[in-house]
Amino acid sequence: MSAVEKRLGWRKVPPGGAISEAGSSALYKTGTWRSFRPVIDEAKCTKCLICWIYCPDMAVRRINDGVEIDYEYCKGCGICATECPVKAIRMEEE
Amino acid sequence: MKRIGLTGDEAIAYAAKQCDVDVVSAYPITPQTIIVEKYSEYVANGEVDTEFVNVESEHSALSACIGASLTGARVFTATASQGLALMHELLYIASSLRCPIVMGIANRALSAPLNIHGDHSDMMGSRDCGWIQIFAENAQEAYDWTIQAFRLSEDPEVLLPSSINIDGFIISHSMEGVEVLEDEAVRAFLPPRSDARAIDPNRPLTIGPVALPDYYFEFKRQQAEVMKKVPPVLERVCREFGKISGRRYGKFQSYGMEDARTAIICMGSAAGTARHVAKALRGKGEKVGVVKLWLYRPFPADELVRELEGLKSVVVMDRAISFGAPLGPLCSDLIGAIYGKLPKLKVMNAIYGLGGRDITAKEIEGIYREGLRMAKAKAPMVRVKYVGVRE
Repeated sequence: MSAVEKRLGWRKVPPGGAISEAGSSALYKTGTWRSFRPVIDEAKCTKCLICWIYCPDMAVRRINDGVEIDYEYCKGCGICATECPVKAIRMEEE
Repeated sequence: MKRIGLTGDEAIAYAAKQCDVDVVSAYPITPQTIIVEKYSEYVANGEVDTEFVNVESEHSALSACIGASLTGARVFTATASQGLALMHELLYIASSLRCPIVMGIANRALSAPLNIHGDHSDMMGSRDCGWIQIFAENAQEAYDWTIQAFRLSEDPEVLLPSSINIDGFIISHSMEGVEVLEDEAVRAFLPPRSDARAIDPNRPLTIGPVALPDYYFEFKRQQAEVMKKVPPVLERVCREFGKISGRRYGKFQSYGMEDARTAIICMGSAAGTARHVAKALRGKGEKVGVVKLWLYRPFPADELVRELEGLKSVVVMDRAISFGAPLGPLCSDLIGAIYGKLPKLKVMNAIYGLGGRDITAKEIEGIYREGLRMAKAKAPMVRVKYVGVRE
């Protein structure tokens, strides 16, 4: 359990902000930052995985033979939509 | 204990040598250069077991010091003026990451115009950076404070960086007889550093992660609180140092304060001149005193209020200008400290000595005379006066 989730007060936060447990970034849900959400049009998607390669936050996940967006972490940068060669991803306002 | 001739810079270097420092990273800048020059001689001569990291700037010097400090090493550096300004962002990182680095600063004016001489503008520009800031009056104090600073900084309750400030050239380059401790006495006073948080490959740690609006404030609030732990630890360190050296330090040093009507509050080399003048005036029956501040950050507000009780007026001497502010930095701090507690005290802020301009005994006598005149005034007042500048 990390300090990120516990929302510790100033008396409890670790001095100097040092983190002794690995993987705390996974506990930090950045999806709330998003103002535009990428939506995949399954009919157009060719499953080329270009979006999966380009996503800087690993928020495009592989499922079965295709991909899905992990909205808990996707910040809505739109790189996937820009890079998609068949325009299968559109950015919708949140 | 023996007495040797040392300049202020050399006294700091000599103290650091005896403190068994593991890592020094620094970049030369006048009037600090001799500190690290001397220290590099100790390294070259094999007199110390120190890794001396040569770098291309002060920004890199303090960066290297921070990295070294996080591994648990005892770290020392030195700078002045533009060099301190170039370190600015790292100053905050060093204190925020709780690195007990000790730094000698030979205070010097900031450009422009270019000036290499002493004033407090450099440190005052960095006064909010979260470091413990100590001002020494002479080479002896610089030596003594450097040793005490390591103990203070490395105390598990504190873990904050310290700066030991000496007036550029006036102290940094003036030679004095300095009583130095035996190496063994310093070793006994300052055992090797141990830090439970030190970086260790077997205990991985993330240092300096991001903290956004949901967390940053808590870290800063904690840092503000840590500053409050400094004064009691400082008292303990000074008491123990007094036992081995016979020289007793604290937050400030007073002269003639038992019956003073007016007093000068100052830091650094001007204190000696102020005491000299106060002594002469007291000989003529004038009730004047001097409070020389050693500890500037954290500011000993409550103790100063107690010290100033009974005074009619006080003159706060600032060797720096806070441009656009109503008062000099030290005077602003003092007004904040006395607010509501000493409502009748009249305050004069004397701004003096910029760019190494001498402050003379005659000028200080004039300041005292003005302080005594103000003491007679009925209503409280705050006045700013520039001393020693041509109109």
